[in-house]
Amino acid sequence: MDVPFELVRIVIAILALAAFVGVNAVILVWVERKAAGFIQRRPGPYEVGPQGLLQTVADAAKLVGKQLFTPAGADPVLFWLAPLLAFLPIFVLLLPMPFGPTATGMEVNLGLLLILAFAGLNVLSLCLAGWGSNNKWSLLGAARAVSQAVAYEIPLLLSVLAIAFMSGGMDLSAIVREQGGWPWQWNLVLQPVAFIIYFVAAIAETNRAPFDLPEAESELTAGFHTEYSGMGFGLFFLAEYAEMIVVCGVAAALFLGGWRGPFGTDGWWWFLAKLYALLLSMIWFRWTYPRIRFDQLLVLNWKWLMPLAMINLLVTAFIMKL
Amino acid sequence: MSAPTSITEKITRLWSLIVGLKVTGKYFTKPQVTLHYPRKTLDDENLLTYRGHIELVGLPKKPGTPKCISCGMCQAVCPSNCITLTKRKPPKPTEAEKKAMEEAEARGEKVKKPSAPKDPASFNLDYTLCSLCGCCVENCPVESIRFSNDIYLAGTDPNAFRYDLLQRLKEQAAAKPGAQKAQAASGGETGEGEA
Repeated sequence: MDVPFELVRIVIAILALAAFVGVNAVILVWVERKAAGFIQRRPGPYEVGPQGLLQTVADAAKLVGKQLFTPAGADPVLFWLAPLLAFLPIFVLLLPMPFGPTATGMEVNLGLLLILAFAGLNVLSLCLAGWGSNNKWSLLGAARAVSQAVAYEIPLLLSVLAIAFMSGGMDLSAIVREQGGWPWQWNLVLQPVAFIIYFVAAIAETNRAPFDLPEAESELTAGFHTEYSGMGFGLFFLAEYAEMIVVCGVAAALFLGGWRGPFGTDGWWWFLAKLYALLLSMIWFRWTYPRIRFDQLLVLNWKWLMPLAMINLLVTAFIMKL
Repeated sequence: MSAPTSITEKITRLWSLIVGLKVTGKYFTKPQVTLHYPRKTLDDENLLTYRGHIELVGLPKKPGTPKCISCGMCQAVCPSNCITLTKRKPPKPTEAEKKAMEEAEARGEKVKKPSAPKDPASFNLDYTLCSLCGCCVENCPVESIRFSNDIYLAGTDPNAFRYDLLQRLKEQAAAKPGAQKAQAASGGETGEGEA
């Protein structure tokens, strides 16, 4: 019996991505807590392992060991479907990600569309989590999550479209190949506005500070995941960090030249370096800016990012047509 | 976003985002101020501002005896009832003194009965009740109470936090008379103490 090569490749890629997502979440949480500590002139995690490196491993073990608890009055099906729905699409999102010239799970000529389409599932999972929990905070968090995610998806799409117009395709690997290794050959130089809009919208899409209103601790306890214990919460947590990789990976591929490097040093190392630079700046933003108010969030989107992205797209289309 | 703003104002607002990043970026590289407690402890200089449980202040000349005049104000004002203070009894007159006093009274003279020493017989603090409000420190008329610098308190027995402050003062005076004198001098600027 012949097993098609593509299938083997996808299975291996998904396994590798699962490992990457898990390890990366552990590292990223540690980095985040360390960065938060340093910014506030604290040491951050320190006691477990050297420099607290094993702290997140211990936390993960604790999360796995905790009892899974369904609150009274909750819809058990929706309640437990939500974390799975948040986590599982991550693999589809990462599959077309061009980690390197060959290190790509699956080269799809509509990779960008695939990512954008499946990223939308995250909103559904937050909505179901809030609805199924039978908790007012969860529901408020879900309402916020939906209105925020739906709103910010538009400038995100428009800014990504500007790049797609320029390259004439939605294949992430092709878009990377069109860019050069040097910073002035990146799409960032041609599309700075699109990059800023994309990054702002991406932070909002991943529900990160200063746009973390769906889980605003000070008002909503924990927002949509208030009622989740153990790995129910753990999956949301994993999904959030995996989505950070997705949005930053797309940003690195679209705007920062992906795996292209100067002097012909192309390779996954460049992609990872750019990816982590973006992730670090996201962490930096989180510990710098206070959470904004909900009306400010929507004003920023509908009055600023949306028109700007639209104008940017129109100008791009006009120039490309010339 | 309510008041209409000019373009320049919007640019300055956007610039403030960069300023914020600069601030946190600078703090990121600065040395940490956290102390890794069990391995390191604070030096005395940094403990000066710490307000721990209360302790008694000794007389400048006799550091083992508190300035306290046993007025009971601290006990009365304490909202947590954690101070227990007992006054000294006046000394019992001897038989001869008693006789002399009775005779003087019979003559119609004003008799001065022996008065009790002002310093308290006992001064106990139950720190397990204390809320560190500082009312006793504020209300002490002779400034005989101050906050101690004891920051490293830990124990498994609640009795470890029931202090005999008179005993503590005596121990402090015995332990480092020089330091006690210096502290008393800095605390005795109000001119009080020559009791």
